[in-house]
Amino acid sequence: MNFKLKDIVPQLITVLAVVIIFGFFTYNAQVNMDSRGIDFGYGFLSQESSFDVQFSLIEYDGSHSYFRAYLVGLLNTILVSVIGIILATILGVIVGVSRLSPNYLINKFAAFYVEFFRNIPLLLQIFFWYFAALRALPLPQDAEPIFGISFLTIKGLFVPAFIWENFNIFFYSVVAAIISIIVIRIHAKKVQESHGKQMPVLLISIGLILILPLLSFLIGGVKLSFEVPVLKQLATTSFIYEGGVSLPPELIALTLSLSLYTATFIAECVRAGIQGVGKGQKEAAASIGLTPNQVLKLVIMPQALRIIIPPTTNQYLNLTKNSSLAAAIAYPDLVLVFAGTALMQTGKAIEIVSITMLTYLSLSVSISILMNWYNKKIAIQEK
Amino acid sequence: MSKINFLKPDKSNLNTFLYLGLFLFFFSILDVFLNSFFSLNLTSFLPGFLSFVFPLLLGFVGLYFIRIELSGIKQLDIFNKNINTNNFNAILSLVIIFVIIKSTPPLLSWFVIDASFAGDTKDVCTGSGACWTYIKVWIRRFMYGMYPNAEQWRINLSFIALAALGCVGYFATNRFKKYLTLYYVVIYPIIAFIFIYFFISGGAFGLDWVETGAWGGLSLTFIISFFCLIFCFPIGMAFALGRRSEFPLIRYISIGFIEFWRGVPLITVLFMSAVMFPMFLPQDFFIDKLVRAIIAISLFEAAYVAEVIRGGLQALPRGQYEASKSLGMGYWKMHIFVILPQALKLVIPGIANTFLALVKDTPLIFVVGLLEIVGMLNLAKTNPKWLGFAMEGYVFAAIIFWIICYAMSKYSYNLEQKYKTDR
Repeated sequence: MNFKLKDIVPQLITVLAVVIIFGFFTYNAQVNMDSRGIDFGYGFLSQESSFDVQFSLIEYDGSHSYFRAYLVGLLNTILVSVIGIILATILGVIVGVSRLSPNYLINKFAAFYVEFFRNIPLLLQIFFWYFAALRALPLPQDAEPIFGISFLTIKGLFVPAFIWENFNIFFYSVVAAIISIIVIRIHAKKVQESHGKQMPVLLISIGLILILPLLSFLIGGVKLSFEVPVLKQLATTSFIYEGGVSLPPELIALTLSLSLYTATFIAECVRAGIQGVGKGQKEAAASIGLTPNQVLKLVIMPQALRIIIPPTTNQYLNLTKNSSLAAAIAYPDLVLVFAGTALMQTGKAIEIVSITMLTYLSLSVSISILMNWYNKKIAIQEK
Repeated sequence: MSKINFLKPDKSNLNTFLYLGLFLFFFSILDVFLNSFFSLNLTSFLPGFLSFVFPLLLGFVGLYFIRIELSGIKQLDIFNKNINTNNFNAILSLVIIFVIIKSTPPLLSWFVIDASFAGDTKDVCTGSGACWTYIKVWIRRFMYGMYPNAEQWRINLSFIALAALGCVGYFATNRFKKYLTLYYVVIYPIIAFIFIYFFISGGAFGLDWVETGAWGGLSLTFIISFFCLIFCFPIGMAFALGRRSEFPLIRYISIGFIEFWRGVPLITVLFMSAVMFPMFLPQDFFIDKLVRAIIAISLFEAAYVAEVIRGGLQALPRGQYEASKSLGMGYWKMHIFVILPQALKLVIPGIANTFLALVKDTPLIFVVGLLEIVGMLNLAKTNPKWLGFAMEGYVFAAIIFWIICYAMSKYSYNLEQKYKTDR
């Protein structure tokens, strides 16, 4: 036996402290719940929820279970996060590149944007968009159509809905196009490595992704029509648009502020990444005869991405977690639907808060695992 | 005079191109300027859409003419290099100039010209501009929350005293310099706590007791940020060291703690402190909701501080550890005198970012029912006498937060420059 007392004692004390704290909490929780007549358990999830949710991606009303309500909240959270991540990435990359522009005005404009939006609390920005900016929009009956088909009103954005016929055939054609593009890319790479010949991969790819879905329209019997929102009178002064897809103002305010806020951080990551690639790399690449586009694609970006991706992943995680601020403007996300309404109705504080936290925890962990995998894939492979 | 080729401006006809180009460029700016400031449209004879893009077109042609390399005129070369390197840049520059000119008049009239400042009722706010009267009337609520008006000198006095005590470090003579760390880490927080507990909260020395539910506004933002900042730093440091400990059990507990808090949103943590935490305490044992909020935010931010400090610890070369061990230093001596001073110096920007995030996160305490400035704004907004001034309130709060956060980030940048040591 070769254990030392010096190694064991500190660990033992720490573990003991943790056990005592948790034991103390559990014991108190037991006593409190006994005295209030609350029983611990997750059985309530299958009970009828009997509350309604304003905005839902799946079919839901009061007769569904609490578990279904949880799913509604989760899907709404994921919806906001995905839209926010896409918008923030696009905006962040544009601003980040602009900050490195030799053009003085563009450079300063981007710097102003970053300094402005990232020094104001996100919650304040959400409130600003929701309670001040979007409230200035016209009422549904006064709204001017955008391109004749969409309406931006105080009650939200109303856009036409796509109505597909034989959607699955169209979907398969797109999948087939993507798969064939991947196959052609791999083939082209092999050809280039063995014969040194370059194939016009980009042209072929564009052609494939246009032609295959087009064929599905011509031959496969796919039809697409639009359902344009139409103004409908509910009462003498109350109007609403029917048909089409309606995006509630909460969703607009939330995605807008989340992406504007997170884009500032992503912009800084992008800037740091591009600056992190040495000037010599660019010059060396140019000196072996690569065109500026090739320099960017083959030399700068692969190296810059390696620096950009880890902090950007963190920003994606932050955006997902910040989407929980939705509760402040009554967008029915996970926190509002589940940790708000459902908690009030059932009183199961410990169960519901723990489920909510675990959900966010697993969302975070899954995004970071995904990004770690990608990060490992593009990392330098030393031979 | 050589033949002029208008598609290829060159140096031989420098003056022609320069005058023509500058004329077109300034004419386009003048057009937009008159349009937005005096609603005069110089190009009204053109059809609607063309009239809209006309200045852009003119300016573009003008910039194209004056884009002459090595013209020999210093100002022109600087101008070209900065905003007029190629066609794409020229258009972007023009668009930005036009956007600035276009957005100035409405902003100016909303903020200043059409705004109302005088009076103290809603009736004075008839103009199309901002109603700063609203801010003026509600300023005490925004600053001090529901704290009684007659007692607000207590908050003012405490903050002034604490600020003065905080500045002691700048005036310390060399003899007392070595005690400064002790002062800031131990004594100053205790003094601050005494001030807040006895003076702001009251209940002793003949001062009225003001319950924490009445605290609010910007002063609450400061109080919460201050205490969370003080608490989260040592906790974060402990877990950073724990995560790099060689004892596996301590390491796993630290990793679990850090990853748990970093994985959940602050709003759920505050939910937990509001509805779940009281269940974990013995019956009849009550913790004030302000204290609960401070504990929750401190633990949450501590995890972020821990990760930042761990980054600093990892960045230190192994030689530092080995050298101090070879001098016979133990674990604590090594960390206090060798490792931490260097590691903390490295992570000043990261720590500052975390503290900035902390300040920006304070509005979230509305979850536990405390109303700092953003919460007070939302309350004032729903007051039936003052409906419809949400915009003014949010702009006001945004300006205050922006100033605080921008100052903090600039200060941290200065600190970083000051402590940057060549290695």
